[in-house]
Amino acid sequence: MSAQKTERLLNLLIMLLVSTRFVPKSRIREILYADAGDEAFDKMFDRDKEELRSLGVPVEVGQIDVYFDDEPGYRIQPDEFALPQIDLAADEAAVVGLATRVWDHQRLARATTEAVRKLSAAGAEIDLSALDIAQPRLPADEPTFDVFFEAILDRSVVEFDYWRTGTDAPARRRLQPWGVTRYSGRWYVVGLDLDRDDERVFRLSRVQGEARKVGRPGAYSIPEGTDISAATRRLAPDLSTEPVVLLVRDGAALPLRRAAETVEAGVPGPDGASTWDRLTLTRASVGIADEVLGFGDAVCVESPSSLRDQVVARLRAVVAR
Amino acid sequence: MSAASPGASAAGNAGAAGAKEQVARLLTLVPYLHARGTVRLAEAAAALGIRPEVLLKDLKVLFMCGLPGGYPDELIDVDLDALQDESGKVHGDGVIRVSNADYLDRPLRLTPVEASAMIVALRALRSGSAPDTAEIVDRVLAKLEGAAAAGPTAGVVDAAPEESESSELTALAARLDDASRRQVQVELDYYVPARDELSHRVVDPRGMVREGGHAYLDAWCHSAEAPRLFRLDRVAAARVLDTPVTTEPAEPRDLSDGMFARSDETTLVTLRLAPAARWVTEYYPVEDVRPLPDGEVEVDLLVADERWLTKLLLRLAPNAWVTAPTTYGGGLARAAQDALSLYQ
Repeated sequence: MSAQKTERLLNLLIMLLVSTRFVPKSRIREILYADAGDEAFDKMFDRDKEELRSLGVPVEVGQIDVYFDDEPGYRIQPDEFALPQIDLAADEAAVVGLATRVWDHQRLARATTEAVRKLSAAGAEIDLSALDIAQPRLPADEPTFDVFFEAILDRSVVEFDYWRTGTDAPARRRLQPWGVTRYSGRWYVVGLDLDRDDERVFRLSRVQGEARKVGRPGAYSIPEGTDISAATRRLAPDLSTEPVVLLVRDGAALPLRRAAETVEAGVPGPDGASTWDRLTLTRASVGIADEVLGFGDAVCVESPSSLRDQVVARLRAVVAR
Repeated sequence: MSAASPGASAAGNAGAAGAKEQVARLLTLVPYLHARGTVRLAEAAAALGIRPEVLLKDLKVLFMCGLPGGYPDELIDVDLDALQDESGKVHGDGVIRVSNADYLDRPLRLTPVEASAMIVALRALRSGSAPDTAEIVDRVLAKLEGAAAAGPTAGVVDAAPEESESSELTALAARLDDASRRQVQVELDYYVPARDELSHRVVDPRGMVREGGHAYLDAWCHSAEAPRLFRLDRVAAARVLDTPVTTEPAEPRDLSDGMFARSDETTLVTLRLAPAARWVTEYYPVEDVRPLPDGEVEVDLLVADERWLTKLLLRLAPNAWVTAPTTYGGGLARAAQDALSLYQ
């Protein structure tokens, strides 16, 4: 099977890692690819380098001699290759062990476990069977999550149909994705929208049907210093931080009461069929309109007016059908 | 779901992918052994999450690697005789000895994905935890800074703190867990979303279970005279009683096959979903999904309580409606009209 290839990759890595200078390409060929013809060597060596890089091995390329533009050389700097010394106290190691059980997504759960294995290999004693305390789960069950995730890793453009609030039909979008982030229970992707030539954020649950990678991998690079979370908060239209004020029928809508910052009991309400309470939510979830609608005539939006208008418009649309 | 696409290996580069993964394993194995001195084969395999046979194969490849030049004293040395007998049978108890590999004694830095996945998971742990745990998480996060490979991609996956589990719910879970173990009854004020009201009942607790991001109490409910799951964030109040349970104690149920027990009193309802409401098919167990040419879909769904359905349709308004049975459609229009009247 692949034993020979593993040998070659590992020998290449060792050769570049132990050398303090750039190793000339010709020397690499002589030692590790002696049997290959010109073209086969170029192809094999390119692929091997890329495979090492995809594992996170920093293969550097440089000129052997600054005065002669002859052939390129390669090296791996040990400090950039190796995990720095990280000493974890027992309680810290326990927390790291728990982190492996947070992701409810196969790929990311595996990545967390790989990270823990590397930390263990560096000497940390991490018990992966530690007592299971109540802990959060991070799901990523939007059907297109993996497509965007893969595309970010290999820098591929993604094409998809997106349904934006306030529009009738989904529109085709092309995006260079930079990162995904979770906010208030939903996943977003941030990137460069190629048709608008500007950064945009998209909620994955609004992507219609399938998302597809188009074109070649490595089509772009992610701008230096991109902060995915900050960009999402800045760009997402539905991540309002404006407080939401609701009138709620006495005894109704317990989940909203739980989320409320303040509750003012026994206030005048829109009808006299019951008494009403006024709830203020300072950190309303992105799906607040959906949530309010679900309670029917037990909840009435007082402010902001944008939310009130949205709820009324959606109810009118149902009644008009 | 899986990112390791089976299609890719079917296309013929299974060997190539295998080689890359094997290199990754070896880059972790060598420092792992270096940090620990003497480790048995079976123990190392368990720590690395692979079978002992695979680990032995990895070691045989490692045996063929080393410094450029290829002289025997420049190769990595592995004592293979201690790990298998002459017939090739693996000795799990054999101690692994690797020498001449000092240049590989540090593990590789975390990849951007590994670092992001770890950091986001830690932040999620932090948001639901008590102050002393949060402090530990902060220390770990600070130590992990600089563990990732360099590059602008450190944050490919990110997550803001979840508003998920409060310490209040954690404390409630601990109390209910304790009641289950002591086999005493619990009195619950439980919120029923379909009716939007509090119910009052006495239950025989069986234990805590988790599914889809929520914690549930599994219990025998004396009002329903049946086993029921109670979502913790819908428990308005819980009083642990002194009275022992009166039903046969049982293990909490396994929710891995889904938690929607089939009831006989369900109606098969057909819904029409506009594109904006299509996510329903991913979140609820649906019997059938039929795409329509205009981007809408038709789904069949088993409904036990019409009020639950009305609530769902209101949430989705105006992007979902009932097409069959015709007796089911009226509830939504009435409820929407009632809600609308609040604004007039």
